[in-house]
Amino acid sequence: MTTLHEVAADPGLPGRPPRRRPSGSHVAGALFVAPYAVFLLVFGAAPTCYALYLAFTKSGQGFAGISNFSHVIGDFRFGPAVAHVSLYLLSWVIALVVLVVVLAIMVHSVGMRWLSGSLRFVYYLPGALAGASAVLLWLFVLDPSAGPAGPLLRALGYHTFSQTIHPTHLPYIFAIISFWTGAGGWILVMFGALNNISPDIIEAARIDGASRFQIAWRIQLPSLRKWIAYMVVLSLAAGTQLFVEPTLLSQASQSIVPNDYSINQLAYQYAFNLNDFNGSAAIAVLLLVVALALSALFVWRGGLFTTEER
Amino acid sequence: MHNPAASRHRSRFRAPVALAVVATFALAACSNSSASGGGKYGFKEAKQSSSAQITVWIDSTRQPAADAYKKANPNDPVKVVTYDGEANGSGSFKTKMNLYDKAGSGWPDVVFSSQNNDASWASQGTNGAQAYAAVLNKGLVPDNTLSGWSKGSLDACTVNGQVYCLRNDLAQDVLWYNKTLMDQFGYTVPKTWEDYQALGDKVAQDHPGYIIGAVGDTFAEEIYMWSSQCQANDVTGARAITINTSSTGCTQMAGLLDKEIANKSITTDSVFTPEFVKAYTGKVLMMPGPAWYAGAIFDNKTSLNVPAGQIGVAAPPSWGTNAPVTGDVGGGTWFISSHSKNLALATKFAEFVTTDDAYQVDQAPGYPAYASAGQKWIAKQQSSGYYATDLSAITTAGGEVWSGWGAPTFSQEAIWAKTMTPVITSGGSIASNLGKWQTAIADQAKVDGYTVSTK
Repeated sequence: MTTLHEVAADPGLPGRPPRRRPSGSHVAGALFVAPYAVFLLVFGAAPTCYALYLAFTKSGQGFAGISNFSHVIGDFRFGPAVAHVSLYLLSWVIALVVLVVVLAIMVHSVGMRWLSGSLRFVYYLPGALAGASAVLLWLFVLDPSAGPAGPLLRALGYHTFSQTIHPTHLPYIFAIISFWTGAGGWILVMFGALNNISPDIIEAARIDGASRFQIAWRIQLPSLRKWIAYMVVLSLAAGTQLFVEPTLLSQASQSIVPNDYSINQLAYQYAFNLNDFNGSAAIAVLLLVVALALSALFVWRGGLFTTEER
Repeated sequence: MHNPAASRHRSRFRAPVALAVVATFALAACSNSSASGGGKYGFKEAKQSSSAQITVWIDSTRQPAADAYKKANPNDPVKVVTYDGEANGSGSFKTKMNLYDKAGSGWPDVVFSSQNNDASWASQGTNGAQAYAAVLNKGLVPDNTLSGWSKGSLDACTVNGQVYCLRNDLAQDVLWYNKTLMDQFGYTVPKTWEDYQALGDKVAQDHPGYIIGAVGDTFAEEIYMWSSQCQANDVTGARAITINTSSTGCTQMAGLLDKEIANKSITTDSVFTPEFVKAYTGKVLMMPGPAWYAGAIFDNKTSLNVPAGQIGVAAPPSWGTNAPVTGDVGGGTWFISSHSKNLALATKFAEFVTTDDAYQVDQAPGYPAYASAGQKWIAKQQSSGYYATDLSAITTAGGEVWSGWGAPTFSQEAIWAKTMTPVITSGGSIASNLGKWQTAIADQAKVDGYTVSTK
């Protein structure tokens, strides 16, 4: 880690470095990155390595090969948990990609500044609620006898809270909650990305007779590709770790939503209920591998790391 | 001179070193384990000091218990910490003790848990750590004190003949009924489940909208299946369980419930939902349920709010000529830490809060598990004038809790809630899903290290 002393001792650094000096910007960059790097090591890399160590050992018995992995995969709750999270991820990520892009392009094409601005604000608003409080709000919304969506839910045939949160509905309910809290932020990001497209290109397309739809499809969408990949990567990382929503719903639903609904919850059960930290670590490592593989796919397909000089 | 490339190289080298240091600390924490066994009370004691402060964990409901102790013993060094009390099986008690086991220190000396199945794990050491719970019946708590508990009330605390906790309160199931309504309709209180079912059929026909029970809660199986002697939770050893949901007790009760749910004389709503209060205020004819239903549902302004002089209590029904037995919904427990540095004071505290009238009779919200306190508590409730009948049925039921339903480490309530409640609320049949229930219990039991047999 580059420390302050090294920076101060560097004779190439006068009181204020002139701009565009390569070595100065390196130091400044390192300074900016250093605090993050420290935290990444202590709270990211170190626990990951500890988890790897735990996953391949057995308490008091040393190296255990892949026995922890085969044990957790053989657990009767593992398959259902994977299915739950997959279904949730699939519905959520698809909804996120389609709706966020469509909404961002629509808001971007709104001519009136105040309307566009207030729409973005409204979209962003739910994101201000942190995970847990958003779930609490949805507990109320999903209650047919008390919530504002009551008439709609009753029309769909759900008369009690336990009918609304029937296990088969849960992946979609969690997807809706996540979309509602997370989409607004991404709409703003996409909006910013759309602003980056040179007006000249749009203007040229318009003169050539391109329709609104053609502009969106042939110019705006391709230039959003990287951002969409970025959104998907981050969403996958967050989504595979589904925990807060089912945990709170489990408490609120008198356990109709089980406390081992998601993979992360199962890992928690292993660590703190079965006192099997090794099994818990094995689940965490599996989760990491899958999330990394999925993210790598999107990074690669989305060309996220291909740099182009502006 | 500062060389960016060299510094990058150095920091790349330092990262693994830092990791190795962190990992070493982490490993050192794990390897700190101690052997169990030995000691004059049946476990290995820590070095004792009569002046050591004890830490007590309670839930907020038990605050008056700690206050009563401090009032009676103002000079004792007792530090009280409030936690969630394992409410709804949150697992916080177990979670924290696992972490203290890993750290090798920090255990509280006395812990209250609102659950009654904690002895199953607290009596067993895992990963080389000494079991958290102190053995109480090897001299720590005198035998003549232990014998003062209601019959069967320490079952949930007993593993392989050793007592690991003191029961705070009992939640034995009784048959609550509305005497005013029963008299008005000309019904007599059923003594058997057969009569109960026949009455349900009659209510459905003559007085639709009125109910004789509710099965929408997580503890429905502890009201109906337990008291029907359903062999779904027969814990036969520290890690052995017999599960047979096709036994007569289970199938009989499943049939009864299916029939009465279908004719709507038993509701599938949870008694703690606004829907229940809205639909059934003034419409509850009977309700099998725990002793605490009185304060939680009937005499509660935010629930059914039944006026004084209407609610009566009868012995729980039984099948045909079977001996009367009943179930139990919860009831808290007090644990003493085997790691305590002041066992004498910890024991004194635990004995006080479970047996002394200053708390159990004067302030406890639930039926005390300690027999003499229980009798005085009932007398006190009786004198409130709320009830239409005498409360002796509660005392009787306290000694009739069926011992064939055990307290394993996993939660039967959680299994019922996730497998059977969705079936019930979506109109499915309990009887035809008993196999599904069996599988779910067996799967969970195996995960928790139980040997499962089906008899």
